[in-house]
Amino acid sequence: MITDHTSETPIIKASHVRKQLDGPGGRLTILDDISLQLAAGEVTAILGASGSGKSTLLGLLAGLDEVTSGNIELFGNPLSGLNEDQRAALRAGKVGFVFQSFQLLPGMTALENVMLPLELSGIKKPATGATEALKQVGLADRLQHYPGQLSGGEQQRVAIARAFASGPKILFADEPTGSLDQSTGNLIIDLLFQMREQTGAALLLVTHDERLAARCDHRLLIENGRLESGR
Amino acid sequence: MSWLSLALRFFRRDWRSGEMRLLVLALIVAVAAVSAVGFFTDRVEQAMIRQANQVLAADLVLSSNNPIPESFEKQANQLELQIAHTLTFPSVIVHQDETQLVEVKAVSKNYPLRGDLRIRTESTASEQVVTLPPTPGNLWGEARLMAALNLQPGADVSLGEARFSLQNILSRDSALGNSFFRLGPEVMIALEDIPKTGLVTPASRVRYRLLIAGDQTQVATYKRWASNELPTGVRLEHLSSARPELRNALDRGSRFLGLAALVAVLVAGATVALSTRQFVERQSDTSAIMRCLGASQSMIFSVLIFRLCLLGLIASLLGIAGGWLAQHFLAGLLSDWFGGELPPTSLRPVLIGLGTGMITLIGFTLPPAIRLGAVPPLRVLRRDLGAPPVSTWLLIFFSIGAMALLMFWQAGDFILALWVLLGTVTTVCLLLMTAWLLVRVLTPLRHRGGALWRQGLAGLARAPAMTALQLTGFGLGILAMLLLSIIRLDLLSAWQHTIPDQAPNHFLINIQPDDVNSLNSFFQENNIQQAGIYPMLRARLTHINSQPVSPDQYQDDRAQRLVAREFNLSWATQIQEDNQIVSGSWWEERNQDKPLFSVEVDLANTLGIKIGDQLAFDLAGVPIEARVSNLRRVHWDSFQPNFFVVGTPTLLKSHPTNYITSFYLPPGKEASLAALVRQFPSITIIDVSAIMQQIREIMQRGSLAVEYVFLFTLAAGLLMLYAGIQASRDYRRQEAIVLRTLGLQRKGLLTAAAIEFVTLGLLAGTLATLCANVTGWFIATEVFGFQFNMNAWTLLIGIIGSGAAIGVAGIIATWPLSIKPPLRMLQNG
Repeated sequence: MITDHTSETPIIKASHVRKQLDGPGGRLTILDDISLQLAAGEVTAILGASGSGKSTLLGLLAGLDEVTSGNIELFGNPLSGLNEDQRAALRAGKVGFVFQSFQLLPGMTALENVMLPLELSGIKKPATGATEALKQVGLADRLQHYPGQLSGGEQQRVAIARAFASGPKILFADEPTGSLDQSTGNLIIDLLFQMREQTGAALLLVTHDERLAARCDHRLLIENGRLESGR
Repeated sequence: MSWLSLALRFFRRDWRSGEMRLLVLALIVAVAAVSAVGFFTDRVEQAMIRQANQVLAADLVLSSNNPIPESFEKQANQLELQIAHTLTFPSVIVHQDETQLVEVKAVSKNYPLRGDLRIRTESTASEQVVTLPPTPGNLWGEARLMAALNLQPGADVSLGEARFSLQNILSRDSALGNSFFRLGPEVMIALEDIPKTGLVTPASRVRYRLLIAGDQTQVATYKRWASNELPTGVRLEHLSSARPELRNALDRGSRFLGLAALVAVLVAGATVALSTRQFVERQSDTSAIMRCLGASQSMIFSVLIFRLCLLGLIASLLGIAGGWLAQHFLAGLLSDWFGGELPPTSLRPVLIGLGTGMITLIGFTLPPAIRLGAVPPLRVLRRDLGAPPVSTWLLIFFSIGAMALLMFWQAGDFILALWVLLGTVTTVCLLLMTAWLLVRVLTPLRHRGGALWRQGLAGLARAPAMTALQLTGFGLGILAMLLLSIIRLDLLSAWQHTIPDQAPNHFLINIQPDDVNSLNSFFQENNIQQAGIYPMLRARLTHINSQPVSPDQYQDDRAQRLVAREFNLSWATQIQEDNQIVSGSWWEERNQDKPLFSVEVDLANTLGIKIGDQLAFDLAGVPIEARVSNLRRVHWDSFQPNFFVVGTPTLLKSHPTNYITSFYLPPGKEASLAALVRQFPSITIIDVSAIMQQIREIMQRGSLAVEYVFLFTLAAGLLMLYAGIQASRDYRRQEAIVLRTLGLQRKGLLTAAAIEFVTLGLLAGTLATLCANVTGWFIATEVFGFQFNMNAWTLLIGIIGSGAAIGVAGIIATWPLSIKPPLRMLQNG
């Protein structure tokens, strides 16, 4: 059964998480013995080199994938006991995502992309909330633009508006500045932190950018699939 | 928010964004093609039936040797049907001192209810179409009468006690064809003139007819009522009791149109299959993001299915509207051929269009749509993750199932649909096997040859599923187009040649044995080619396997009629040249002394007669019995004398026999006919040129209709080609960006595309051409009963044309990728 967490319950609690994949050369261990916690409103960066397993860990913590062993609790609910649909229901309206490649739906306008999580979580008048979110990210004049008509920075701002529109309790961000130039990336990070500040959501950020990680409350370093520095 | 409102929002976005454009367009063209065929064939079939009804001059005819009871006329009036009356009887026309035996036909003012009359005011004048019969005091006569009595229009003639002015030469009364046994040339007078002739008395040999026509539903109601109320001696004639030659022509016409519609369904299926893949592929990202944001599998599935159904509905309705408009235009073009506006269409084609759209869409999109619900949400982080692959068997089951459903529904002919379906399934299996082999053969070959060659072949080997889909889609489309070409070029021509230009247009019956030799001499002297003189006996079937037969035993009204009447029997040592044995074997010389029957296959099927059955006939009071040794197919439309039942000479030769023959009388040689009548007064001449003309017209119009249907299928085929090329667009785009970035020039990119698509086209073309010819052979021989000769040109054009068309289409589709800078393509996403 899915339950809501209390303020004392960590939003994420991972214990001895292992992830292995079968590859052409045999079984590969991507993550090994990862344990961590993330409390409400905390901002944590996961650092590591390419291929270290950062994005895999983010996917597991968000319930997008299943662990090989160990346990993850999201909002106090052990993910290992839930099927794909139950994990999706747990995320609905409470989890936001920002991806490196934006992941906007090309057939939808900026407004419609932002409306999507509101519609899925059953919020009435989703257009009102979505318009407000886009105003907050400075795209009030781009509501009816399609992703293809927006610059990279604007697309990521739409993705941030989408991530915060439903008032999530946690935001997962996977290399949010990875596809952007430095100045645009800085603007996006400022916006991300500003929005997080306003909403009080927890933020789990995957990055290899030390300067970005420096702005977070906690930093976790992954090397060869293991957590080298915990909190 | 419920999934329904979300689905509606998604649908609005889909519609606006053009994500579904290709699928919608494919469906619209597919449904338009099928429903245009549906509307068109529906109207043409109705027109063809109406035209065939001209042979009866009505939709239904009641005939009797006594006046038709008044209740039949009353019932027709109650149902608001049109009625007309005719009386026919033999009599003699007198002109000066010469006489001629004639068949008098007295008709009411509104005769004919269907069809028209054609007259000439002078023997050299051109034919005129008239809708009203002779007025009182006037008489129209056939050219044969003019020749026999050396008459010209305007002459005075006597018929019974009345005098008439011979006003016009009657060159065509459609209903002539149905009265097979006429004693002399026809003369037509007004029904009001009958009393003054004094010819019709209670003792006269008069045939009374009540003609009925009107709304089809009302006619059907009347037919049901009349069938139950028929007193003894009154016969109900309608189209299905029309002459076998005519019924045969109509059946074939309907089958051709049914086949053309089937082919349109096939192209529609191939087009939708090809365009569905791209649509579903693009939905994977949407599904992954929705899963990420909290949507359940069932919600994603419901939202997608709802969108697809709504899309199917809208596209089908648009397609139906397009089909209606298109057929309207065609119907306008064809109305002249049918002598006026085509009858209005029924609702059936609307249902066919809707059904085709929805069944095609669901059949081809359901398996990949089910899969979309299972797209892992992790795809948002790892693009390589997609939906679990859909089972090939599930895909085949759904798509073939949908095609089968549509084919059996569309064709209206089980055997025809079965052959087309078998041809389709075989082609699909061959294409899938070839695709599998191709990928395996190409993989090692990619390491040899030049870079462009490798790139072109890599295009085929990179994604086996895509290659299989494209090869199958193209192959099915080509199969359909070639099948229709075979129908157009070979089968229609075979159909039209079933009546040769100089097919016999006159039959002679009641030829006495003593007259046979002198009749042969007459034909030779007058340089008239005859079809052979055959013995003919009339007998009624009494028992099958010692069980008495009666009309009540049969549901089918044709069977009832056949059992109730006398058959024409003949005896022969050799099978007639235009007959074919379909089962059993013709009697050899040593078996000619055994009592054996050969039965026409349709008659055998109607009456449930099998090889080995013992048939008993009553031949003028003498019982004869024999075993059925073979079943024959008879080409009734050859207009040669033919028989339902033929016996061995020993069985029938000793019974009193008349003879029958048929011959071709060229126009202007009516004088020979008059001489024949004078020399052989006991012989009866039957003129079948009217019915032959009817059949020729049905063939011409049916063929023209198929030609028009071909244009629709051609349009659907072009869209299929576009959909096929577009199916791999995303792959090619990505490759083009990389290759152009690495320095590949435009020419190189286009050459690689040409190698890829020409290879696909040649393979699809070769397999589809072979399968189309084999399927065409089965359809020709098994469904239509024609000879089929494989046409080398069709083979060559099918293979080379497919390679060229698909190659050119591939180059055209790759062209934009070769001129846009790679960076711009990257920026456009």
